Parts: sequence; structure tokens; C-alpha cells
Amino acid sequence: MPRLPIAKTPKVYVGGAFIRSESGRTFPLRDARGRLIGHVPQCTRKDLRNAVEAAAKAGPGWARRTAYNRGQILYRLAEMIEARTAELSRALAPATNRAAAREVAASVDRLIHYAGWADKCEQALGSVNAVAGPFFNFTTSEPMGVIGVIAPAECPLLALVSLIAPAIVSGNTVVALASEPRPYAAIVLGEMLATSDLPGGVVNLLTGLRRELLPTFASHAHLRALSGVANGEERTALERGSADSIRRVRLLAAEEPRDWFADSAQGLPMIRELVEFKTTWHPVGA
Amino acid sequence: MSAVRTLAFRRFLQAVGPVDTVGVEERVAKYGTRSIKRQAKVFGLKLAVSMVDQTTLEGKDTTGKVAALCAKAVRPDDRDEDGLGCPPVAAVCVYPSMVAAARRALGPDSPVRIASVATAFPSGQAPLTTRLAEVRAAVGAGADEIDMVINRGAFLAGDFTRVGDEISAVRDACGRAALKVILETSELETYDAIRTASFLALRRLRPGDFIKTSTGKTSANATLGNNQVMLDAIRDHYLASGVAIGMKPAGGIRTAKQALTFLIAVKETLGDAWLTNTRYRFGASSLLNDLLRQLEKERTGAYQAPYRFSEATESY
Repeated sequence: MPRLPIAKTPKVYVGGAFIRSESGRTFPLRDARGRLIGHVPQCTRKDLRNAVEAAAKAGPGWARRTAYNRGQILYRLAEMIEARTAELSRALAPATNRAAAREVAASVDRLIHYAGWADKCEQALGSVNAVAGPFFNFTTSEPMGVIGVIAPAECPLLALVSLIAPAIVSGNTVVALASEPRPYAAIVLGEMLATSDLPGGVVNLLTGLRRELLPTFASHAHLRALSGVANGEERTALERGSADSIRRVRLLAAEEPRDWFADSAQGLPMIRELVEFKTTWHPVGA
Repeated sequence: MSAVRTLAFRRFLQAVGPVDTVGVEERVAKYGTRSIKRQAKVFGLKLAVSMVDQTTLEGKDTTGKVAALCAKAVRPDDRDEDGLGCPPVAAVCVYPSMVAAARRALGPDSPVRIASVATAFPSGQAPLTTRLAEVRAAVGAGADEIDMVINRGAFLAGDFTRVGDEISAVRDACGRAALKVILETSELETYDAIRTASFLALRRLRPGDFIKTSTGKTSANATLGNNQVMLDAIRDHYLASGVAIGMKPAGGIRTAKQALTFLIAVKETLGDAWLTNTRYRFGASSLLNDLLRQLEKERTGAYQAPYRFSEATESY
């Protein structure tokens, strides 16, 4: 008997669940030859609001886990992606097979890189400070809270992973907007996040139009920092909105060429930009 | 049960009538679909603020915590310099031992009333004399309103007369204080039982008194469904007797959106006459912060962080 093919409905991963946009809107996604891949959710500011609520709810539990455990979970995520390389490569169309496989491999390596940093970044970021008095004085890092991530158009998987991983490794949670022209990799990445021991709500992925969602990223006071890539006009709007809530903004210029595969696209500085430092004075001998 | 009591029991049930469970569920499901935006939303949010019974009912309550609660109750939004933007809440709700502290914090003629739970809240499992003494003590300490619990054990055993007589005794002990009768809907199991218990209370209450869903101390709290059953009972009682009784859902109402949905239920069941804090209240501890947060969102256009509205919120 001929079998009816079962097509997948692309859904975004928010709060540990796969959801459609609350608006019910979608936009069609086509491959290089113009064939329809699927209809991707066109998320709204209310979806962003709900995602931030989910991220805030997941936050305290994620931050309370040991750094060692967070590292294990990131490593597990890398394992999940490695095992499904072929599927994720297909999601990176219209990239050639070879380019897609290279991007997936680099994304796995990037996760492994940050998994390694999980239980080491505190030693590198924190310090014991010399002070003129009978005190121990030490500085430790703490997660900031909910981070808004805005992924660039290019490298829809590697750039997204490169922005998310340094944020969550220290105990932050993330609401990320996927590449606008090529969002499908983020849809598939969501399915891997769901199977990776990462608690629901730690990473929330939205797909949609930048011009609809960036104003809400700019004004949402619950986002403690913005991290991502934006063009000049977008940066101005995001910085202006962030000034109202005195929020940290770390935006790369979309106009400048960037090599996401380079070693310089990863490392401790990316983690440091999304933590708060706390300095404690403690009397010696007490 | 004796034959006489069985007859009275049956007559009462017959007079009260059953509840169409499926109909109630279907009706309340539709309340969530109403679209309330802009001015209507701001109106609803401010109305909800004015209806809040700001509650703290914990073993770890201190006079300091009650004083802080009272300060917030009088002026919920500390950015609201002139107090024009946001009304005070309806009441603070505390244990009897904290009534005096609340009175000291609020002063003798505050717009915010003091409600006290009494009658061995939340279980009600104490001798009637003890429960009545607790009510008198709370009123004596300055409570304007008393929240009592019904005797669920007697109710479930079918001893309606005893339940009703105890409500009457507490009502008389209240004197001039308003009485709120907590049915504890989660322990009554069915909508039919909730309606029956509602009528047991309604027939004993004075204008200005309330019936209330829950203590907030059990797993299940106020839902739109049991709120609706009780609102329907209040309407039927009002149409039959002309006596208007208030309603107070309590427990589990944490978000502004939930509160607006409950207000829709009130408007569409009882009408505008009940859209006032003399006839409708929210028993809640965290609802107020979300109402303020949504009001600030309406004022500024930007989604707000919850930790700006209460130091008790986890600051993530």
C-alpha cells in the first residue's frame, strides 16, 4: 500500500516545549531550488514576552546547578548534535553538503570548548585581591539573568551556538532570535536541546522578523543583557532602548565581515561579558 | 441520619438545585477569549488593585512584615508620587495575632480595611467556643472583616443544620465586622456541593458579607469554574431574596491576566453593581505585584521585570 509521507511542522522551542507563534502566523521557507521546506513560526512580541517568562522561571534552578554539571550538560548537547549531523546539515540548506557539514562540526567543537570552560571560568575570572587591611577580599562571578541573543543572518547554526553557549555556561538563560533568512537550523537545534538534559526554558529559540521583534528586545526590561549581531540602525535602536533599563549591550556590527569558524570567535572574553562580578570583604581570622 | 433530618436535607438540596458541570466548564472557558486592551485594560487593572485583599498567612509572619504589607497596601506603587494613578488595595488579610500590628501600621481610619482569618483557620477543627472566642478577639483587636472557614466535616457528613448554625453563631460574634465565609471548595469535591454550601452560607449572611472559595492552604485553589458556581448562587439568591452578597476568590490567582478573566466572569454574571470592592475581592499575596507590573507596562509601553516590584521576588 502506498504510504502518505508525514511532513514535519516546524515549531520553535520555548520553555521546554515546541510551540507555534501565539499569533498563529508563519512564513514559508524554501530551499535553493524553490521547493517548500515548511512554514516557520513568525513569532511576535508576545511570544518574546512568554519566552522571557520561561527563561526567568528556569533561571534560578540552572544557576544553582554546579558548574561541573552545566559543563556535562553542554557536553551532552554536543553529543546529541554529533549524532544527528546529517539531519542538521540538511537543515542548513542552501549551503553545500560540505559547507554544512563543516558548520555542524564547528558548532559541536564550539560547545565542547565552552563545556570545558564551565568549571574553569570561575578560577580565571575571579580573583583574590590584595587590600590594605586585615581582610580577605575576593571577587567572584555570578550569572546576570535572562540574556537576549540576536543571531546574524549568516552561519545560522554556528553563530547561534557561538552566542548562546558562552551565555548559558555561567548560569544565564537565553532568549534567542534565529537567523531571519535561514531559521530552519534553529528549529532542528531546538529538537536537540530538548534531548540533551538541558532543563526546559534555559534556551528559548524564536524565529521571525527582526523588524517586528527587535523593538521588544530593545525595550524589555527583564532582559539583563543583549548579545548578538545588528546593523547600524538596529544597534542605535537597541542601545537607546537599553539605556532606559540600564542594560548591558554587546552587539557586533553586521556590516563587518566576521569569521565565525576562527578561534577568536570563542573563549573566556565571551563568557566574561555576560557575568556580574561580586566582591566580598571578610575579616581575617573571624 | 434520622428521618426528619434526611427530609430536611433532601428539601434543601431540591431547593438549591444541581449544577450543569459541562455547561459551567464551557462557559468559563470562553471568558479567557475576551480581548481587553488599552483603556479597558488599565481600568480593569486598577479595579483589580482596589479589590485585592493583600494577604500574609504564614507561621513566620512578624509584626515587621505586616507593617511592610500595610505600607504597600496603602500606596501600592511607590513611583506613584501623588497617589492618583493607583488606588489603595481593599484590605490586608492577616492572622488574628497580627491584627493589632496591622491596626498600628494603618492607623484608626485607614482606607485599607483589616481582614483577619479566624475560626481555627485553615482546618476549622476546634471546638465552636474556641472558634467564637477567636472571632471576638480578632474583632476586639481592630479587625474590620472576619474570614471564617465552614465545618467541612459536618457538611460532608450531611449535617447542614450544624454548618448553618455555626455560620450564624460566627456572624453574631462578628458584630459590625463583615463576615467572609470560606467554603474551601477543594474539599467539597463537586460543583453541586459548592452550590449547596454557597446557599447554606448565603441564607445566613447580611448585606456586605462575602462568600469565599478557599483558604489557599490546600492543593487546589480558586478556579474560574468554582468562582462561576458561586457567582451563579449569589445571583440566584439575590433574585430570590434581594440580598446582595459579595464574592472573594482566593488562592492561585497570581497574574493580572487571571484577575481580568475573573472580573469578566463577575461582569457577565452579576453585572456592574458587583464591580466594586464592597462586593468582590481577590484574596492573594503575589497578584498585586503583577497588577502593578502590567500597569507600568501600559504606562511605559515596555515589558517590566518582576524584581522591580517586590523585594521578595527572586531577582533572576
